[in-house]
Amino acid sequence: MSNREKLEKLKDDWKRERVTPLLKRFPERKKEFKTSFDGPVEILYTPKEDEDYEEKIGFPGQYPFTRGVQPTMYRGRLWTMRQYAGFGTAEESNQRYRYLLSQGQTGLSVAFDLPTQIGYDSDDPMSEGEVGRVGVAIDSLEDMETLFEGIPLERVSTSMTINSTAAILLAMYIAVGEKQGVDPSKLTGTIQNDILKEYIARGTYIFPPDSSMRLITDIFEYCSKNLPDFNTISISGYHIREAGANSVQEIAFTLADGIAYVQAAIDAGLDPNVFGKRLSFFFNSHNGFLEEIAKFRAARRLWARIMKERFGVTDEKAMMLRFHTQTGGSTLTAQQPMNNIVRVAFQALAAVLGGTQSLHTNSFDEALGLPTEDSVTIALRTQQIIASETGVADTVDSLGGAYFIEELTDRTEELAMDYIHKIDDLGGMVEAVRTGFVQKEILDSAYKYQVSVENKEQIIVGVNEFVSEDKELKDILRLDPAIENRQKKKIEKLRSSRDNGKVQSLLDDLREGARGSDNLMPFILKAVKAYATLGEIANALRDVFGEYTEAVIL
Amino acid sequence: MKIKVLVAKPGLDGHDRGAKVVAMALRDAGMEVIYTGLRQSPESIVKAALQEDVDVVGLSILSGAHMKICSKVLQLMKDSGIGNKPIFVGGIIPAEDAEELRRAGIFEVFGPGTSLKSIAEKIEETVKK
Repeated sequence: MSNREKLEKLKDDWKRERVTPLLKRFPERKKEFKTSFDGPVEILYTPKEDEDYEEKIGFPGQYPFTRGVQPTMYRGRLWTMRQYAGFGTAEESNQRYRYLLSQGQTGLSVAFDLPTQIGYDSDDPMSEGEVGRVGVAIDSLEDMETLFEGIPLERVSTSMTINSTAAILLAMYIAVGEKQGVDPSKLTGTIQNDILKEYIARGTYIFPPDSSMRLITDIFEYCSKNLPDFNTISISGYHIREAGANSVQEIAFTLADGIAYVQAAIDAGLDPNVFGKRLSFFFNSHNGFLEEIAKFRAARRLWARIMKERFGVTDEKAMMLRFHTQTGGSTLTAQQPMNNIVRVAFQALAAVLGGTQSLHTNSFDEALGLPTEDSVTIALRTQQIIASETGVADTVDSLGGAYFIEELTDRTEELAMDYIHKIDDLGGMVEAVRTGFVQKEILDSAYKYQVSVENKEQIIVGVNEFVSEDKELKDILRLDPAIENRQKKKIEKLRSSRDNGKVQSLLDDLREGARGSDNLMPFILKAVKAYATLGEIANALRDVFGEYTEAVIL
Repeated sequence: MKIKVLVAKPGLDGHDRGAKVVAMALRDAGMEVIYTGLRQSPESIVKAALQEDVDVVGLSILSGAHMKICSKVLQLMKDSGIGNKPIFVGGIIPAEDAEELRRAGIFEVFGPGTSLKSIAEKIEETVKK
């Protein structure tokens, strides 16, 4: 009898002799135990004797990177603690950044308001009511200079959640660096620059897919020459998950987006061995603790295989999936909000056990409004406690080899791969988004989940069980409604003090460039430096590219 | 007669999970639901409400722009002669703002964690009155 057969027999015996008799007297809590993607969760997992350890799991820092992208992981350097922040005007956000840095945060992450993300100036009628709400309002280079005042860009890495207007904000960042005397090649950070998930889940698209993809590859090309240490994209599953996807869909759709970007860049003549190293990813961490850990491991292995096998990449560094994690915003409850501190801690722990490179922990009051300085501090402290007190950072991939984790890792990878094949059959991700396939899959999961909460199949503490009278949370961050007017006045002043003839001619050049096939980054950089506004630059591109209208899927 | 509901996403906010899930739930509860998609102006929402002759309008706003948007929609509904149709709002709305919105004429504000069933019931109750 082989070892495997022996083990199977022992397990059967155990079930028959120990489990079955017990179940007759004490049935289990649920009829079925399931993952978020409807997979079965068995009572017990045992080792797989026939597994090829080297091929499937391997060592940290080695293909297929299941156990992590660096050999020493957090024993060498902890993950970057990076809290996403930004609201109101550049002055207020600058103060919050300086506060966070003084509290031990190690990188910046900029939240922009919706007009900035969708290419409207603060005085555009479309911006009414939205200025400075979900992030900081940036209208021109002037605002960007204020945003980073007193923050040395050669020493701080900055992540910017910006997509359809990524080229403009990146140009502004480069210009601010130059004003500080920092050469572009010294800048480090990340722009999100992931337009496909905007069509799928997040909604801040401007242009149709083909023009958007061109802007992305232009950025890849420009940065590979001028900003070699800057991550030119953060391929994001975060928002896909928030929109209702389960864990498998999160990584399947994210990696399928990744495949589309890599293919587009190869088609534009770029070398995946080079730009592949500047790709980064962004995932969510929800409450399913073990499932999330397995998801991160599966994503790493799957991406390594895709880069190697599908795209023929030979440089191992270009096969590594490096990722940022944010805890799950949609898991936060408005009821009994202090409970969210606990949820965030578990989610953050899962991200660390899954080998994240950087982490944002949500604040407990975010189901009610923007976080206060106090709530943000607790969120940051949560990471610091995990890093300094729990000991989980002292060894690499400590849950690797746990029978259930390995099984779930395999299962997640397999099911995600099935989705990727399906998307290939549909003609690739751009097509699968255009026809609404991806959106529909996510919506179905979202609805199913909500119904399970409604039926109490899924318990949410404080919401559908363990409910108690709420004490109202008094301390909520309120934004000054005068921000919009202040921002409008700033633009007015800017327009009357800059060289408007120069701005117009640079915008004309940009339009001309957009009609042709030259890299658009140098055009945008020139316009930005002449203090053309974000809205003016975006409108010049709208004139040529047109605007996308969503396929409404229900 | 089926209750007819317009579910709308005003402003620049892209968070449409709540709007879509509520729309599906109302449909499953036997109502006729029209969903506008993203980035609707108050004008286009009121126009759709008028053209489709809906019984109820639902607005979903998570970006913090609710005060401006709601007051505009309320005014335009009045101006168009459909000021009597109830408007419901869902999203991240601080308690103080929710109260002010109710005072201004918004029928009900649903925050995070509201059950789908209670939204459907509230709408039925309101329309039947």
